[in-house]
Amino acid sequence: MNSLSLKNRRFNTADVLFTLFIVVTALVSWQKYHSFLDYYEQGILIGSVAGLCWFGWFWPAMRVFFPVCGIIALGAIELYAGDLSRGQTEFWLKYLLSSQSAVMWMCVLFFLATILYWIGLLRQSATALSIASGLTWAAAGAAMISKLVRWYESYLIGADVGHIPVSNLYEVFILFCLMTALMYLYYEAQFAAKTMGAFVLLVISAAVGFIIWYSLDRQAHEIQPLIPALQSWWMKIHVPANFVGYGSFAIASMLGVAQLLSARGILTNKLPSYDTLGEVMYKAIAVGFLFFTIATVLGAMWAADAWGGYWSWDPKETWALIVWLNYAAWLHVRLIKGWRGDILAWWAVIGLFVTTFAFIGVNMFLSGLHSYGGL
Amino acid sequence: MMTSNTHTFRRALFDLLSSMRFAISLLTLLAIASIIGTVLKQNEPYVNYRVEFGDFWFSIFEPLGLFDVYHSIWFLLILAFLVFSTCLCIWRHFPGVMREIRSYRDKASANSLRLMSHHHEINQPLEQEQVCQHLTEHGYRYRLRIDGDATLIAAKKGSWQRLGYLFTHSAIVVICIGGLMDGNLPLKVMEMLNIKTAETRNVPQSQIPEMSRLASNNLSFRGNVSLSEGSSASVVFLNSGNGYFVQELPFILKLNKFHIEHYSTGMPKLFASDIDVLDIKTGKVIQSGTIKVNHPLVVDGVAIYQASFGDGGSGLEFVQWDLLSNAKSKLAAQSQTELALTAGQANYRLEIGDLRPFNIETLDKTATTGDTSAVAVSPLQTALASAQSVQGDRNVRNLGPTIQFKVRDDRGQAVEYQNYMQPFIENDSSYFITGMRREVASAFAFTRIPLDQDMQLDAFMRFRSTILNEHLHADITKRTAAKALKAGGVSASGEAQFAEIAEGVLFQFSQGGFPAIESFLEKKVPQAERQVVAQTYLKILQSAAIDAMELAQAQAGLPVTPTDNMQYRFLMDSLVATSSLFDYGSPAILQLTGFNEVKSSGFQLTRSPGKNVVYLGSLLLIIGIFCMFYIRENRLWIRISPHSTLIAMSSNRKTDDLNREFAAHIEHLAPNQQQAPL
Repeated sequence: MNSLSLKNRRFNTADVLFTLFIVVTALVSWQKYHSFLDYYEQGILIGSVAGLCWFGWFWPAMRVFFPVCGIIALGAIELYAGDLSRGQTEFWLKYLLSSQSAVMWMCVLFFLATILYWIGLLRQSATALSIASGLTWAAAGAAMISKLVRWYESYLIGADVGHIPVSNLYEVFILFCLMTALMYLYYEAQFAAKTMGAFVLLVISAAVGFIIWYSLDRQAHEIQPLIPALQSWWMKIHVPANFVGYGSFAIASMLGVAQLLSARGILTNKLPSYDTLGEVMYKAIAVGFLFFTIATVLGAMWAADAWGGYWSWDPKETWALIVWLNYAAWLHVRLIKGWRGDILAWWAVIGLFVTTFAFIGVNMFLSGLHSYGGL
Repeated sequence: MMTSNTHTFRRALFDLLSSMRFAISLLTLLAIASIIGTVLKQNEPYVNYRVEFGDFWFSIFEPLGLFDVYHSIWFLLILAFLVFSTCLCIWRHFPGVMREIRSYRDKASANSLRLMSHHHEINQPLEQEQVCQHLTEHGYRYRLRIDGDATLIAAKKGSWQRLGYLFTHSAIVVICIGGLMDGNLPLKVMEMLNIKTAETRNVPQSQIPEMSRLASNNLSFRGNVSLSEGSSASVVFLNSGNGYFVQELPFILKLNKFHIEHYSTGMPKLFASDIDVLDIKTGKVIQSGTIKVNHPLVVDGVAIYQASFGDGGSGLEFVQWDLLSNAKSKLAAQSQTELALTAGQANYRLEIGDLRPFNIETLDKTATTGDTSAVAVSPLQTALASAQSVQGDRNVRNLGPTIQFKVRDDRGQAVEYQNYMQPFIENDSSYFITGMRREVASAFAFTRIPLDQDMQLDAFMRFRSTILNEHLHADITKRTAAKALKAGGVSASGEAQFAEIAEGVLFQFSQGGFPAIESFLEKKVPQAERQVVAQTYLKILQSAAIDAMELAQAQAGLPVTPTDNMQYRFLMDSLVATSSLFDYGSPAILQLTGFNEVKSSGFQLTRSPGKNVVYLGSLLLIIGIFCMFYIRENRLWIRISPHSTLIAMSSNRKTDDLNREFAAHIEHLAPNQQQAPL
């Protein structure tokens, strides 16, 4: 371990190149589009340069992930040449790069990754685990590309229809898969514990199953324009922040399952140590809690603009509070009371049910203002 | 003895209230109460609850405040206790936290350092300067202390982590205070002391007594008001339990125009209101603007939101067809008003509801699109193919304006109608569509009445009045029988009998349409022959319909329309419509012919001085959580003795990171040094 802490990681050539790449990209965007941007958007552009540079420095893998996804997405946009119908005729778009094709590839890759993680876990095969890890990266890439391309496609349907693809249940489920996979990949690298993937990918596969059903049975993949309540730039940050939270709570719960199995002598020798699982679970919940808090605060600020008050005890708001209280209590007992072990694992597993209810259950069973993702 | 006991008790109480156990119990209670509030729909009219739960449970739930959990006294008490307990917790831990932030723990003895789980001892003194440089380089602040012949360098990093505790916990208190500022606690107290009471009657705003009015200097409120285009208001209404309060505004709000736009898919795209804000005394315009969803306008600390929209009392023009006399007349009315409707001897009330100018309907994807020659495709393949495109090919169409109204008879029974203004066109035929229902919960049953070439009901009404007029039946059937004879359908001897049967059929039809003929058949004809007879009757009725129309045209002095396919379909549709109208429930058909739309816009007005306090609390919360989880407080001690060095490290979190960092520090400070034998 060469670096003591973040503060001391030195800029290397790759960092410099990545920073340069981002800055140049931003300058080109500025050059081409600055007349279309208002002050907020100019600020956001500058902010994203700083954010991306920091992120690439914090997690070096992103120095490859972002540019590759970005370039492929730009390629797809180039192939569209402003005509949505080319998605059905152009070979590369039809079979690989149109947002729906990318989503289908994402689904396939996640399923394959799940299978390989399990083979790797059960046979203790490092090769299988490495392939699984690679497939997960590819799936995350496909998800990222599909998001970027879909964003562009929405504008091809109509200039007034275009919007960031985080506006309905179908779109956020892809976001969920993306966020969960990326966060998992971060922990996998940091803790050199690839066998965790067998469990984490299960929850992603469940989401993928839902996406397939939702798309094939309900045609949910069709891009719909935004109703007035959703026409707000708060959406761009509120929804992704929320899904960092949901994703990390999902990871934590699956690690909880792994920990519980490990404690009962199942797969004990094949999984990372009981304490490592607990540690990653804690880290996931900590990061999820931070982002969930941010998302809830952003949601409140949005509600103050859209619904006439930052807090209306709407079912979604109330359940967000319940989720928040749940994990606040979890963190308190771990950090202050020093609890460890099975009870926290069980709690994290139950936490996923609470979170899932707040995420989907509220839309299905309770009525309220926040009814954008009904089934 | 006594005082000591009291003291212990107070101490115990303080410990309990400031303990985490107590706080967690409160949080659990809060969560459970919140769940109740989400499962039970809040703030519905009390009647709904009575219907849903019955009187017994209503009488239990109502005093418990379950219909407005979040504003009930016990819920506020839980919150108050939570704030109190958090305050005590801060009070209790504040001195310790501050001490921790300041202290370098430079009093640590060699032995206490050796007791730490992360310590390392080498047989060689380290260079003091080198150590200090290393510490600075890695972001540590340090303090030196001479301890006998040894020098202790006590270093620390990330003390702000401790502030995280203070930030998060005070954030909870700040947010609750902000929420309290915006809550309706003062109003609740005034209600309890009987200073103010909610109004439960439905009376004009100006007649509402002072007891139920709140002055415009009210600290915080959240109320609603609905305005028609061109009208204005200086009050909003606050819901409270079973009634409401009238909140005076510091200005007058005037709606000039409401805008609504749709996407091509029929989804709403824009709701916007052009408003003026007028001075309450002079009536001069202070501010003008357009408010949209997500874009409120703030005036004088009061935020004005776009909340809803509707019909604001539009001018309507009807053609009224009296179903008894078949008389046609014009009727001018206004939506959302009532008027008298007389038909024959009976008196009715016409209660006109809302005009809806757009009725956009999504039709299912037609199954016949694409090539029909293709081999039968599996549903999965179809689904896969459609999953490739993000653009849906849904058919949407605007069915045009509708008007909804009720017709109430003198016994108070009402039937509700929904009539479309535009003709509904199917296979080149045009229809007037009217929907009817007897119960609010049921769906409308629609009747299609065929329109003539002028897109009017006149031809149908002529037909209807002729075929239902018993005095004309003989005339009609004579023509029908003559035609049948001419076509060779009946023999000369059978003509009279045919006419008689036809007259019978027409008579039955005029008594109640097809159901009347059916019940006649059931009574008179044996089951074995019923089917055949019914077919014959139907044919006779169809032929008679042609003659009835011809007669009607002749009587009105109009040319006879040749019976081509179109005309035949018109007649068949007319028979069905005539039959349906026996069960129409209204003495008249109201056909909307024109309107002058006046829209209304619903506003929510809020004054919430606590908003920025809540945002401040939220910011504190986020910073606090960040400090707590992402700043690690590390402490390093390097005790340099003449012949040895002791390095120890501690952190507020015992994680793998600590192990790694400790190893890295050792590696850096004392490379290749063996651990001293203990």
